[in-house]
Amino acid sequence: MRPQGQALERLLAARRLRERAVEAVLWACAASALAVTLGIVWVLVSNAWGFFGEVGVVEFLAGTRWAPFFMQPGYGVLPLLTATATVTVIALCVAVPLGTATAIYLAEFAPARVRDTAKPVLELLSGLPTVLFGYFALLVVTPALQAVWPGIATFNLLAPGLVIGVMVSPMIISLAEEALSAVPDGLREAAMAMGASRRTTVLRVLLPAALPGVSAAWVLAASRVAGETMVVAIAGGQTPRLGFDPTEAAATITAYIARVALGDLPPDSTGYQGLFAAGLLLFVLTLGLNIAGLVFRRRLLRRWS
Amino acid sequence: MSLARRRLGDRAAAAVGLLALLCLLLALAAVFVQLLLDGGARLGLDFIVSMASRDPARAGVLPALVGSALVLLVTALAAVPVGIGAAVYLQEYAPDNRLTDLIEVNIANLAAVPSVLFGLLSLSLLVHGLALGESILAAGLTLAMLVLPLVVVATREALRQVPVGVREASYALGASRWQTVWRHVLPAATPGVLTGVILGLSRAIGETAPLLALGALGFVAFLPPPMLVVEPPFVDGRWLSDPFITLPLQIYDWLLRPDPAFRANAAAAGLLLAGFTLLVNAAAIGLRWRSRNPTRQR
Repeated sequence: MRPQGQALERLLAARRLRERAVEAVLWACAASALAVTLGIVWVLVSNAWGFFGEVGVVEFLAGTRWAPFFMQPGYGVLPLLTATATVTVIALCVAVPLGTATAIYLAEFAPARVRDTAKPVLELLSGLPTVLFGYFALLVVTPALQAVWPGIATFNLLAPGLVIGVMVSPMIISLAEEALSAVPDGLREAAMAMGASRRTTVLRVLLPAALPGVSAAWVLAASRVAGETMVVAIAGGQTPRLGFDPTEAAATITAYIARVALGDLPPDSTGYQGLFAAGLLLFVLTLGLNIAGLVFRRRLLRRWS
Repeated sequence: MSLARRRLGDRAAAAVGLLALLCLLLALAAVFVQLLLDGGARLGLDFIVSMASRDPARAGVLPALVGSALVLLVTALAAVPVGIGAAVYLQEYAPDNRLTDLIEVNIANLAAVPSVLFGLLSLSLLVHGLALGESILAAGLTLAMLVLPLVVVATREALRQVPVGVREASYALGASRWQTVWRHVLPAATPGVLTGVILGLSRAIGETAPLLALGALGFVAFLPPPMLVVEPPFVDGRWLSDPFITLPLQIYDWLLRPDPAFRANAAAAGLLLAGFTLLVNAAAIGLRWRSRNPTRQR
């Protein structure tokens, strides 16, 4: 017999209550993702705050010596920043041409069979843990470089830069290919109808049309390189050094954080807080690049939809 | 321009692209092949069941394997339910307001935050703030925060692909919102959700940087206490607060030892890690491919 009258009311009330409870739990799950971000920002800012009270923002950003644990400590982040910049530029020199050319090939030239095999294989291989790319940079790429160019140090920025470039190329490929396929077919057909060859269509019509999306891929890749840690921590060396020489060892922001957090630092010491100041700089840097990338991407989508 | 030259131009452009693709594939594959060459001979049953040792020839990866498994267990228990819950809320429940927008933008950005910063978060919040120390629990939670956005994004995509008709049919028969989600939408989305979960957890297995920043890298010569015991209440949570080492941390540690004999160990452990990651990811990518290209109607 079906419940009726009051019994039915009670059942429905219980059901409404259950629904509310479930929704509250699910909301809490979603909010926890927000809490993680807020946690990161809070932890970085609150610890860096103590640091800046002690050191001063100008000395941090413009100082040329980073040595928080020396008798005469230096708190200038520029050495870490130049190393990060050097690695990023080297990696992009590899990833931008390789990634973009491959994306164009896969989107416009490759037979479907090649595309359907290459994309998952690239995704699979680029999912290898980064510590293994560090292994490769230290024990394969550096010795190979030394064979042709004996002046290169055992730990240097060139090898990790090259390896990270290969590592992030698949990211450029998938984002740039997405951008190319967002260009309406009409443009493609119009160019072809005007008698343009495939190459001309791609280089003169499709690539300029997709440029906001393609450059978004480059910018997002730059952010990923700047935040990459293990390859530089293994093959790049651990001493802060000011300058852009890629043949010498130097610690990037990430390598420094990974290395120094290992030692048991007393919390509230300036050295410990300096870790978070460096982290905050990295956070702002990568966030800026990510936002720029998203803006570019939105511009592409707005243009063609 | 003659037609022949034109065809040549097209062919040349395609050839340049193909060359770039082959270069990349070759370079990426070389990473794996190198591990095979350097570590293949060292990798044996002995290596897998041996404890850590100062003698490179006797050292094994047992503590690292157990550590990785336990950390991953914590990560999965934390990230999977919360991630799926968040995705269900955003996709099926969320009102169209600013807070929802904020959460969505935040999840997209969180996925791009450098992983080492998650380590700093845990160092300050979990290790010192909550006094969890450099423990399995702290490491598992760190990685859970790291993979949370991956699980959310993959789950939302899977939920989006469930046809609206499934929901409408369920509502038409009087089901409530949660009944619809729980009994119909989620089961239909399972392959996609599973793919996201597997890819997320495989990422967690390989992560090293956040655990380094957590301050965890020691000589671990013992295994954590068992989870299950004979006396009631039969479960024992002491393992959660144990120090640990994971497979990637072990590789990093061996790689930077001055004694080059440890490099073969690093390669063998790397081979183990690479083989595992490739296998798991191949399974996930295959699963996704099948769920996107259904050959038969379910």
